[in-house]
Amino acid sequence: MCLAVPARITEIRGNVAEVEVAGVIKTVGLDLVPEAKVGEYVLVHAGFAIQTVDEEEALKTLELFKEIMAHEVS
Amino acid sequence: MKFLSAYRDAALARSILDAIRKISKKESKLMEVCGTHTVAIFRHGIRDLLPQNITLISGPGCPVCVTPNRHVDEAIELCRRPDVILTTYGDMMKVPGSESSLAAEKAAGADIRIVYSTMEAVDLARENPDREVVFFAIGFETTSPTIAAAILRAEREGLDNFTVVGAQKLVPEAIRALLSDDRIGIDGFICPGHVSALIGVKPYEFIAGEFGIPAVITGFEPVDILQGIYMLVRQIEKGEARVEIQYNRSVPSEGNPHAMDLLFKVFEVTDALWRGIGCIPGTGLKLRPEYRKYDAVKKFGIEITDDREHPGCKCGDILRGLKTPLECGLYGTACLPERPVGPCMVSVEGTCAAYYKYGKRRE
Amino acid sequence: MAEDKILLAHGSGGKLSHELVKELFLPVFDNDILNRLDDRAEVEAGGVRLAFTTDSFVVNPPFFPGGDIGKLAVCGTVNDLAMGGAVPLYLSAGFIIEEGFPMDALRTIVSSMRQTAEEAGARIVCGDTKVVEKGSVDQIFINTSGIGLVPEGVQISGSLARPGDKVIINGFIGDHGMAVMAERQGLSFRDSIVTDSAPLNGLVKAMLEVSRDIHVLRDPTRGGVATTLNEIAGQSSVGIVLEEGAIPVRDQVLAACEILGFDPLYVANEGKLLAVVPAETADLMVEIMKRHPYGKESAIIGEVVADHPGRVVLATGIGGKRIVDMLVGEQLPRIC
Repeated sequence: MCLAVPARITEIRGNVAEVEVAGVIKTVGLDLVPEAKVGEYVLVHAGFAIQTVDEEEALKTLELFKEIMAHEVS
Repeated sequence: MKFLSAYRDAALARSILDAIRKISKKESKLMEVCGTHTVAIFRHGIRDLLPQNITLISGPGCPVCVTPNRHVDEAIELCRRPDVILTTYGDMMKVPGSESSLAAEKAAGADIRIVYSTMEAVDLARENPDREVVFFAIGFETTSPTIAAAILRAEREGLDNFTVVGAQKLVPEAIRALLSDDRIGIDGFICPGHVSALIGVKPYEFIAGEFGIPAVITGFEPVDILQGIYMLVRQIEKGEARVEIQYNRSVPSEGNPHAMDLLFKVFEVTDALWRGIGCIPGTGLKLRPEYRKYDAVKKFGIEITDDREHPGCKCGDILRGLKTPLECGLYGTACLPERPVGPCMVSVEGTCAAYYKYGKRRE
Repeated sequence: MAEDKILLAHGSGGKLSHELVKELFLPVFDNDILNRLDDRAEVEAGGVRLAFTTDSFVVNPPFFPGGDIGKLAVCGTVNDLAMGGAVPLYLSAGFIIEEGFPMDALRTIVSSMRQTAEEAGARIVCGDTKVVEKGSVDQIFINTSGIGLVPEGVQISGSLARPGDKVIINGFIGDHGMAVMAERQGLSFRDSIVTDSAPLNGLVKAMLEVSRDIHVLRDPTRGGVATTLNEIAGQSSVGIVLEEGAIPVRDQVLAACEILGFDPLYVANEGKLLAVVPAETADLMVEIMKRHPYGKESAIIGEVVADHPGRVVLATGIGGKRIVDMLVGEQLPRIC
C-alpha cells in the first residue's frame, strides 16, 4: 500500500525539504520528520518525508545476512 | 544510493533462496498483507522461485481495493458540482463505483486533478479561492499522517475551501479480524514495511502474543522480501512466534511517534467498512469534532443510499486469502484490467490486477 | 468493445487503442494494405515501392526539455517510414492552432521542423493551417504525413520475427516520457533529462548496410517498449524473452519512475527503435549501431522464442520470471 523511496536531504526551507535520489530532485513536506537534517536520508511517500533511513543499519543488515547465508549453506 | 542497489543484489537474493530451500520443510502459508508487497513479489518473480511447500497469499492491504463503493460514489457526486475541483491520487481514478468512476466522470467533463501529494491539493485551494477543493483521502497509516499534515497546513493558512472525503483505514485490527476467521489458516505474516515505519512494532505484538503466529516487518526490495520470508520460515520451522523487524533501516521499533501524534490530533479511530469484507471494528479514521469542518461529505450534505456491488465479484474473499482470482467467475472474462468490475482488478496492487498483469490466467 | 464513449485510454497506444483500431476502424476501412497494421503502408505505384504514413501530435506542453512538438512531428513520421527501411522523401504539415497562440512560439516550432526535416533529408512540400476558437484545442496540434522510397530487397514487417532472433534497442529507454512527465510532476534533475526525440532514418540506413536481413523494426513510442514488443510477438506469433539486467535505463529515469510508481518499460520514447535480427548478425549490428550518434548505448535485450506465442516474458534480476503485458490505459502517478 505504500510506494516510498529513500532520498537524501540536500536543503531545508522551513517545513519543506529538497531531496535527491539518483540525480532526481523533489520538494517534500517535512511536517512528519521535523528533526531531519541536511545530509540525512528520508523515506519519501506521497510528497512527504515519513521516516528517516539509517544507512548504517542498512549496511549492518546486509552484512549480517551474508554471514547467516554463508553459515546456512555450509 | 549504493545500499538500495545492494538490496537488489542477485547473488545475495539467490543465496537467501538457497537457505530458504534448505531449512523449509513444513507446509507454510504466508500472507503478504500489503498490496505493494504483492506487486513486488510478482515484479521480481519471487513466487515461483520459492519451494513448493511455501504458499504466498495476498492480503487486504490494498487501500484502493478495500474502499467501498459508497466512498467512490461520494467523490463522484462531489466532482459533479461545478464549484468543486476534485483532487485524488492516481490510484483511485479507474476504480468503479456503483455506476461510474472518476475516470469516466473526467471524460464527461468534471474537474478532476491527479495529485502526487496532498500538499498540491492545499496549493490548489490557496490558488483558487472561488472554488472548493476536495481531496479523496485513501490510504493506511503510511499515508494518513500526510493527510493530517495537509489539513493542519490548511488550518494554519486559514483556508476555508479545502475538505476531504475520508476513506482511510488502519492495518493492525484488520489483521486481528483475519486471524479470528477460522477459515483463513495463515502460518506467518509478512507485515507492511512502510506502515510499520509509522506505527512501529507494538501494534503487531498480539499476532505472536495472542495467536502464536510469527510476523516479520519486511521491506520492498527483492532481498528484503526474501530475508523476511527466510526469517518467517526460520521461526515456523522452530515452532517459534515473535514479531521481528527485517526492515530495520526504515523501521525503528517505536515507528514515528511525532507523525502518529499529528495523525491523532486530527483524526480518531472508528469502525470501517471494507469493500467485500464488511465492517471491521477499529480500522477506520474519522475527523475529530474540532476538525469536522474539513469533512467534504458533511459540508456538502452528500448522502449515498443506493451503493451496490456487483454480485459476482469475489474481491472480498480474495482480499482475505480465501480464494485466488482464478476462483472468481468474473476474472479474466467480464473483469479485465481495461474493464474492471471490482477494485482488485483496477488497483495496480490489487491481487487480481497483479495476477493478470504478471501472467496467471485461466488459459 | 463495451465503451460508448471515447476515453483517454483509447489514445494512449495500449490495449484500448488497439481495440479501437481493430474493432472500429479496420472493419470499416477494410483493405489488405491497412489490415497489415504496420507503422506505414507500403504501396506500389508505377512499379515503385513507396511507404506512406501519417501521425498526429498533441503533446502537452508543446515545449519540453530538449525539444518541441515540431521536432516530434517530423521525427514521428520520418521514423514511421524508417521503420520500414524506407528513405523519407516528402512530408506534409497540417496545423490546428488555438486562437491566441503566440506567433513566436509558432516560429520556433516551425524552425524545429525545418531543422529536423533537413537532418532527415526530407522536404516539407505541402501543408494546411486551421485556427480554432480558444479552448477548442490545447494550444497547437500538428499532423504530418510522409512518403518514402522502399529500397529493393528490403522486407521489414512486424510479422517476420522468428525464434532464435535477437531483440536490440538503440539506447536508454524512458527518457522522453519522463522528461515530459517530470516537468508536470514537479521533479527536477541534477543532469536534465531531455527528450530522446531524433530522426532515425540515418541509423536505419547504417543498419541496412550491415545486413538487409532485418526482420522487424519498430519505434516504441506511446505504450513503451513493453507494448511494442507485445505487438510484435502477436503479429509474428512468437514469444519474446527479455533480460531485465540488459535493458538500458538511466539511473535518473529509473529513480523518477520509482517515485511516481511508473514502469520504464511502459514509458514513451521518441528516438528509439527495436530491431529483431537473426542471431548471427546481432553482435555486429550492435557494434555498428554504437558508432552512430543515435545508437551509442545499443544493446541486445532479449530474444525471440517459440514458446508462449504472443507473450513477452521478462527474466528478472534475481532469476525469476514474469509476464510483461501490453499497457492498459495510461500509467498514472500513484502512491500505493
